[in-house]
Amino acid sequence: MVEITFRNKKFEVKENITARDALKKLNIDPESVLITVNGKLVTDDVILREGDVVKLVAVVSGGSAIVQSCNCAIVR
Amino acid sequence: MRHHKLALCGEHYAEWFVDSTQRTIEKYKMFDRAARVLVAVSGGKDSLALWDVLTRLGYRADGLYIGLGIQGDIAYSDQSLARIREFKEKIVPDATLHVVDIQATYGKTIPEIARASSRGHGKPCAACGLTKRYVMNRLAAERGYTVLATGHNLDDEVAVLMQNTLHWQTGYLARQAPVLEASDGLAKKVKPFCRFYERETATYALVRGIDYVYDECPHAVGNLTNFYKTLLNQLEAESPGAKLQFYVQFLKARREGFFNAPADRAALHACAVCGQPTTAPGRCAFCRMWNISSTRDGVITAADIAVRGEDAFDDIETRVAESVDVSGL
Repeated sequence: MVEITFRNKKFEVKENITARDALKKLNIDPESVLITVNGKLVTDDVILREGDVVKLVAVVSGGSAIVQSCNCAIVR
Repeated sequence: MRHHKLALCGEHYAEWFVDSTQRTIEKYKMFDRAARVLVAVSGGKDSLALWDVLTRLGYRADGLYIGLGIQGDIAYSDQSLARIREFKEKIVPDATLHVVDIQATYGKTIPEIARASSRGHGKPCAACGLTKRYVMNRLAAERGYTVLATGHNLDDEVAVLMQNTLHWQTGYLARQAPVLEASDGLAKKVKPFCRFYERETATYALVRGIDYVYDECPHAVGNLTNFYKTLLNQLEAESPGAKLQFYVQFLKARREGFFNAPADRAALHACAVCGQPTTAPGRCAFCRMWNISSTRDGVITAADIAVRGEDAFDDIETRVAESVDVSGL
């Protein structure tokens, strides 16, 4: 597993996926964060490996960058 | 940078960023080498990066920090000032940092004056904006600065543009620009980062090792501007460059006269108390909110205002208050 830190919270995702896919799984808007892996700024196509230290830096001022998802549906 | 079809290493990114800032300064005729620039700094990435870039470009740039007394759970104001002082010592040691502490000067913090006055319907943002604009303008004028520079980035500008467009606020649209010229006692205001995406300024700060405040104002969480930023990010993800195009094409339309300032714009005159420009009869909005009624010599001088560092102050009301978003400062 890969541990990702964002706004003092920790998340876990499976290894060997791209950073962009990891953000998608966590419902984090990729435009609103910068990705650092082991202290280095990287692009979102980098593959996350077991043991990588991933930190996300929020670039949007103020509120949470997590896109709220829910299970709402139109029932016909 | 998908919108520029450009991929750069850290060193060349920083070079590109500095050069691009210079091009923006020239393109919009913001200021020249002889200018004395006052940079409004909050401790965030944009304003500290701006101070850094202007200094690297060789401009005479000093900083202004306004202590708002907003702490929340994160000691926001204290943390911001500490970061700025650290930045100043390490990165721009020869520059001057002006620190205006609102509570020390006026006896109340921003949240306290917001509660005490009827402005903002319980939220301190309106009181905060009015106070910051006043302090920035007055200090710039009284300390002889040619121009006041703020760290507004493209995302800030586009979020405001979208709000104003959705409500067809044509008066506000007419006033939204990278440069607001000096007039009637109001300082010239410029936004040299207006064409940089927010993630570009954050990247520059990281690449340069600038230690900035990651937390934003506790009162900014959940505000409408951030909601629009989130929407615009979704658009950008699908269509790289959409935000830049929206802004650049708006500026072109504005230049071509699609948005005109209202002909019946209220005239500015001097506030009866502080002497700063206002559209209100008698006292300006700032003096009314802070209940300042001393009229010694008709003007509050710099010496009347206790400030840590060096300093003094303006007000603006319609003309600038509506067109300059200072929420990020």
